[in-house]
Amino acid sequence: MSNIWVVVEPANGALTTTSLEILTHARTLRGTVSAITWGGQGAALATQAGEYGATTLHDAGDLAGALPGAPVAGAIAALVASAGAPDVILIPTSYDGRDIAGRLSAKLNTGVLTNVTGYSADGTTEHPVFGGTQIVNARFTSGGPGIVVIRAKSYAAESAGGAAATVNSIAAGDLGATNSAKIVASHVEERVGPKLEEAAVIVSGGRGLGEASAFALVEDAAKLLNGASGASRAIVDAGWVPYSKQVGQTGKTVKPTVYIACGISGATQHMVGMKGSKNIVAINKDADAPIFQVADFGIVGDVHKVLPALIEKLKSR
Amino acid sequence: MNIVVCVKQIPDPAAPASLDPNTHNLDRTGKLILDEADTYGVEMALQLVDKAGAGEVTVVSMGSAADLSGVRNALAMGAAKAIVVSDDALRGTDALGTAKVLAAAIKRVNPDLVLCATESSDGYTGTVPVQVAELLGLPSVTFAKSVTVDGSNVKIDRQTDGGYDEVTTPLPAVVTVTAGVVEPRYASFKGIMAAKSKPVEQLTAADLGLAAETGAAGAGQEITAVVAAESRAAGEKYTDEGDGADRIVAFLESIKVL
Repeated sequence: MSNIWVVVEPANGALTTTSLEILTHARTLRGTVSAITWGGQGAALATQAGEYGATTLHDAGDLAGALPGAPVAGAIAALVASAGAPDVILIPTSYDGRDIAGRLSAKLNTGVLTNVTGYSADGTTEHPVFGGTQIVNARFTSGGPGIVVIRAKSYAAESAGGAAATVNSIAAGDLGATNSAKIVASHVEERVGPKLEEAAVIVSGGRGLGEASAFALVEDAAKLLNGASGASRAIVDAGWVPYSKQVGQTGKTVKPTVYIACGISGATQHMVGMKGSKNIVAINKDADAPIFQVADFGIVGDVHKVLPALIEKLKSR
Repeated sequence: MNIVVCVKQIPDPAAPASLDPNTHNLDRTGKLILDEADTYGVEMALQLVDKAGAGEVTVVSMGSAADLSGVRNALAMGAAKAIVVSDDALRGTDALGTAKVLAAAIKRVNPDLVLCATESSDGYTGTVPVQVAELLGLPSVTFAKSVTVDGSNVKIDRQTDGGYDEVTTPLPAVVTVTAGVVEPRYASFKGIMAAKSKPVEQLTAADLGLAAETGAAGAGQEITAVVAAESRAAGEKYTDEGDGADRIVAFLESIKVL
């Protein structure tokens, strides 16, 4: 019987989808699943954590505005010291998840594996490399607990209808200067339509759009298809669209019913984030663009002609 | 204000990458370049030192010293000096081992601020900067899209899922910057010439007292296999002759999206 700890992230009074995906997978690993969260809302989250398979929910408490990385890693390290080490600690790939994993790895002097898309009961991990064309298998070699950071959508979230988890308060010891980064204000960018990670249809734009104003075409098409608009890293870096729209290695992983890539060449960094889409449509003027190697349906053409025409057709339906 | 920027020399991303079938290490025998992701940190550091009116930028790197053109590139942009930790024993070092090496090298400089990219473009583990912060006992803020120093504090706009958070932390601190945070300058001819005579201190893992914790033997994990991923077959492809939009609509109908 193995002992599995899963870090579950709170967001707006619930656990994030990626957290639920990992909990769902963790309960298939023939072990006891304990979840670790923060924010002091443990009692409110215990039902959901239990439904998805956790028997215990450890809550690191209200962080008083501190970034979670240091205090949550500190609380987990303290739990390892008091309760003994688990066999593995699974953490969602997210801004805070990676911070917690890095801090914890240094605190426990143990290995960390990131960008994981699969974890088996024998401890083997799967990592897509080179744009998802190859899969690397890895495992921990030194004393545990190994830290595994799992990408969104690696598993499907499914409730098992378990009883609410037992809530337990945990706390970090003295964190010194490491805990001094504080959030003083939060800004949420306005979004219309479905969330990028949850949309059934995504229309995404890349450098082939030529200029920032052409992204409006992508947004119009997405709206007409009741979908979300996404972007390649190139145009996020160029400042055309906010980072929250970025699909790829450093951005979001998406698996919509259809992903329509407009003027995106298909850099490996982008492909990792969208290769799992059920259907891929590509519009690109370069017939040799790598995106066509994964596209179910490709149009070799000028996105400035094809997209406006597509928008007209969709409007007239 | 003294700033350390951690940089990495990586195989040219334009060249095809491969893993050595025996060691599973990334093939680094070709030309190495400064990771483009690191140029943002170098530029940000140069601007912050400029604004402070005093201090200098030191680049710290771990990796092969056979070809230092990537590090020289950072010096040509304007960094004052470099520390490069390099020896054959470091081959196969994992993220935590790398962080130990970088932390030990950074300690020698005792900077006010450490800047890193959010992740490297070849290994993209993304944990090294935070591991460095933990080992140095410093606060860290990742995914910065804006960085300003205000007296003894640094203010960061940190990316979040839905937007960004304003975060503040006292110095010294470790901050990771995203691509696009600033526009990296191109090295001028004068800069390139000056870089040739700027000091590059070369150290080994043993110099830092870390021989046992680095290399493949010191790594906490190993690659057991490399297999081809299930590939997606390329589907239909048409050249647009004014009918591209119609064809897409028909395809969307066939998969019941329309």
